Amino acid sequence: MDYFLELFFGGLTRGSIYALIALGYTMVYGIIELINFAHGEIYMIASFTALIVSSLLALQGMTGPAVLLLTAAAAIIFAAAHGFTVEKVAYKPLRQAPRLSPLISAIGMSIFLQNYVMLAQTSDFLPFPNLLPDLPFVAEYLPFLGATEFFIIVTTALVMVGLTLLIKFTRMGKAMRATAQDRNMAMLVGVDINRTISNTFIIGSALAAVGGVLIASHIGRINFYIGFIAGIKAFTAAVLGGIGSIPGAVLGALVLGWTESFATGYVSSDYEDVFAFVLLVLILIVRPSGLLGRPAVQKV
Amino acid sequence: MRKGMLGFFVACVTALTLVLGGTALAADTIKLGVAGAHSGDLASYGLPTKRAAELVAKEFNAKGGVLGKKVEVLAEDDVCKPEVATNTAMKLISRGAHVVLGHICSGATKTALEIYNKEKIVVMSSSATNPELTQSGRYPLFFRTIASDDAQAKLDAEFAMNVLKVKKIAVLHDKGDYGKGLAEYAKKFIEESKKAQVVLYEGITPGAVDYSAVVQKIKQSGAEAVIYGGYHPEASSIVMQMRKKNMKTYFISDDGVKDDTFIKVAGRYAEGVYASGPKDTSKNPLAIAAIAAHKQEYKSDPGAFFLNGYAAAQALLNAIQKAKSTKGEAVAKALRTHAVDTPLGKIKFDKRGDAIGVGFSMYQVKNGVYVEVPTTAGAAKKR
Repeated sequence: MDYFLELFFGGLTRGSIYALIALGYTMVYGIIELINFAHGEIYMIASFTALIVSSLLALQGMTGPAVLLLTAAAAIIFAAAHGFTVEKVAYKPLRQAPRLSPLISAIGMSIFLQNYVMLAQTSDFLPFPNLLPDLPFVAEYLPFLGATEFFIIVTTALVMVGLTLLIKFTRMGKAMRATAQDRNMAMLVGVDINRTISNTFIIGSALAAVGGVLIASHIGRINFYIGFIAGIKAFTAAVLGGIGSIPGAVLGALVLGWTESFATGYVSSDYEDVFAFVLLVLILIVRPSGLLGRPAVQKV
Repeated sequence: MRKGMLGFFVACVTALTLVLGGTALAADTIKLGVAGAHSGDLASYGLPTKRAAELVAKEFNAKGGVLGKKVEVLAEDDVCKPEVATNTAMKLISRGAHVVLGHICSGATKTALEIYNKEKIVVMSSSATNPELTQSGRYPLFFRTIASDDAQAKLDAEFAMNVLKVKKIAVLHDKGDYGKGLAEYAKKFIEESKKAQVVLYEGITPGAVDYSAVVQKIKQSGAEAVIYGGYHPEASSIVMQMRKKNMKTYFISDDGVKDDTFIKVAGRYAEGVYASGPKDTSKNPLAIAAIAAHKQEYKSDPGAFFLNGYAAAQALLNAIQKAKSTKGEAVAKALRTHAVDTPLGKIKFDKRGDAIGVGFSMYQVKNGVYVEVPTTAGAAKKR
């Protein structure tokens, strides 16, 4: 039973990691039906920003939660700025183009950002300090969970709830939903489309930055390639849950995390990815639009 | 039909050159053939050995040559391709090579050996690491100054069983050629020795976001030591997660982990980790002299396998001197009986053709640096 619980919480952590990145994918897809391949790179850039800022603060002799807050703030601002710029540079000029064009543009942006970080920083792995405070009560009540894992799981849950509320009840959220339903109609009734899309990219990138700080603290090392691998898994999770749906992205990520964890624990880690993708295929055969996705309605 | 004629013609020419080559044997130089990749994308593996041979020949000639004759280096390029290596070998034989230093790549070496074997020529490689080359027993006149691929796995396995004295071992790898090969050999050695049990054998996914499930599995299996075949990024993740879960399990790995980046990334969690790596030759005066000679002659730092090539050339010429003959069997016997001082240390060869005393040492992270630790005398000598 202990073994089962260990695997369960391991999978929960892994799923939460995927979810933090998957949310950004699914938001952007929900609004402009674009698979933003550069999203993983935003997460990677946020980790690098966090590393640089936290090292600078450590040099100043700062310690404790203040470092975490300042680092996270810097990473969020920097990542949001990148997300905003990427959209303006690579996607906005192609908004009226066929759907394949922005997709290629996204892949290009992803490769560009990876190489830019590799050349400007390094291609080596860098150690990432654990910025999260140690929580003694976690070890006491949840013996299977470390403080970092606890942080990741709680943050993912809070972010998901916050995001759902934002989309349901705020003006910005309403504008987003309107744009997602019918861009031209939304424009006609006075929704500022460009601003709404920019907002989506800024929020998605900020989430990736939160993920970047937490995940890098958990893994303890970063390099320019982490965004690609995490991005692929997060994208899979978003499709599994139904791309465009926010609770779907989280559910898909958790299902993916658990599948990998249990497959490794009870079968063999040689087949970790095989199980994950077999599950993806099976779910998509039964529910082609994902676990919580709405079936695509033909727009007339 | 035309093709048959052409084949016949080529055979005639080859036979003729072989005969001519035979007469060339009477010439008064000792011919050291050097075969390997001297051009193409793998030239960086082959050229250092060729330069080493030239330096050694120069050194011997300055001292009056071998058996009173000057040493002549005959270099032939095989671009590391097995299909070219056969031709390279025939060319060297026809030019009258007495002994051959080469080839560089394992595949090319294997095909070329079929040719040398028939002519009973002693061949010594500085870099071909495929275990089969010596272990199959097919090539009695083949020697090498580099440890075979399985030597490292054997060191890791024996270190765990004989020095750390563990009974339950988990063997992990990263599914890559290098890591998986090492893990397979380690598993084989442990199972054959019957001194310990492989309680877990598994391939992990390189680059995954975390390895908590695998770490759980190691814990569940009750392993006292982990032998990991692979590179440092995954190793550091696994070690960090093991230590965070307060697991005291020994972690033993390979050359891919014996890298300072591993210590930098894993930080304090790296303490106590074992990794095998090539023997440290940087303090050997002969190695220092050989590198200095290279710098003087070629105005650059020597590349891969330079010291292995240097040692091989020295061993070959020394064996001809000791055997007082260039006949294959006599040279081979001298290589097995007379030790020679080389940049790799004092070496001679075992009956299969592997150099004794060349190979890997075990290192452990102590206070943030890799420090050599003693393996048992038996483990180091026996190979």
